[in-house]
Amino acid sequence: MKSDIFKIANKKFKSRLIVGTGKYKNMLECSKAIKISGAEIVTVAVRRVNISDRSKPLLMDYIDPKKIMYLPNTAGCFNSNDALRTLRLAREIGGWRIVKLEVLGDKKNLFPDMIETLKSTEVLTKEGFKVMVYCNDDPLMCKRLENSGASAIMPLAAPIGSGLGIQNKTNIKILRNQTKVPLIIDAGIGQASDAVEAMEMGCDAVLINTAIAKAKNPFQMAESMKYAVISGRKSFLSGRITPNLNGSPSTTKKGLI
Amino acid sequence: MNKKNKIKIVVNGKLMTVNIKFSLRNLTQKLKTPINKVAIELNEVIVDKKKLNKIFLKNKDKIEIVHFIGGG
Repeated sequence: MKSDIFKIANKKFKSRLIVGTGKYKNMLECSKAIKISGAEIVTVAVRRVNISDRSKPLLMDYIDPKKIMYLPNTAGCFNSNDALRTLRLAREIGGWRIVKLEVLGDKKNLFPDMIETLKSTEVLTKEGFKVMVYCNDDPLMCKRLENSGASAIMPLAAPIGSGLGIQNKTNIKILRNQTKVPLIIDAGIGQASDAVEAMEMGCDAVLINTAIAKAKNPFQMAESMKYAVISGRKSFLSGRITPNLNGSPSTTKKGLI
Repeated sequence: MNKKNKIKIVVNGKLMTVNIKFSLRNLTQKLKTPINKVAIELNEVIVDKKKLNKIFLKNKDKIEIVHFIGGG
């Protein structure tokens, strides 16, 4: 069987699960959950170094960026300038060019500001960044992002951290049909079945943070998500049967007594 | 101590007093900053980490030192 490789900006990955590194109790729990999840890409945020307390553990001491690809994000940015500044700094830390752009527009539901997002994508692409873009599930805006050079389209399934699962399946299906770059469900996944569903719809990957980090047992949930993504992907590739309202016996009538 | 020999700078939002002719290299050494794990901005312009010893700080300079933390 042909191996099923996931490619972003010409980088190849086996795992189609991308995980966030936020909201864990501590760095140890975070690094252990990531290991169990099998993820090869993790999102990370850019923040000020704590200059008064240098005893705080560093992310890089727990998750080796040589072994797991860091995907710097712009979490907490509410305008294009802040997002651009953050990603330029991220690149400076160690040459990261593949980045996750996330420009929020609403503090309550954390929906993206698509005007600022589009503007930032255009600038970053021109500066040589490979931009994976957190966006809403509007096919028109997603097409514009793709035309602006986005390396991946990452629509929300539901608000960040909500765990509501895929709310607008129709839009995701439309996006699947129109999107030529990787389509990744980012935000809103709550349980394994949500991840399976995203993959069965043909999405190329899913990005999960809260559903794993805030589960009562993050390690078990990390494992669950790992298999959910594999299961959903295999199901999608296998070519499902056509749903039928009538029953169809699994056993032949031949030889019936 | 002579105040004339001192300048005030803001590092990650915190006011610091340092000697004149204090370079960014001196600052990162003082703060024990792991250079290869951070990015540095001086007055909102990213600094080339290879040139830290050539950049001398001026009064009211604003420095940001950032690194990666956990995030979604």
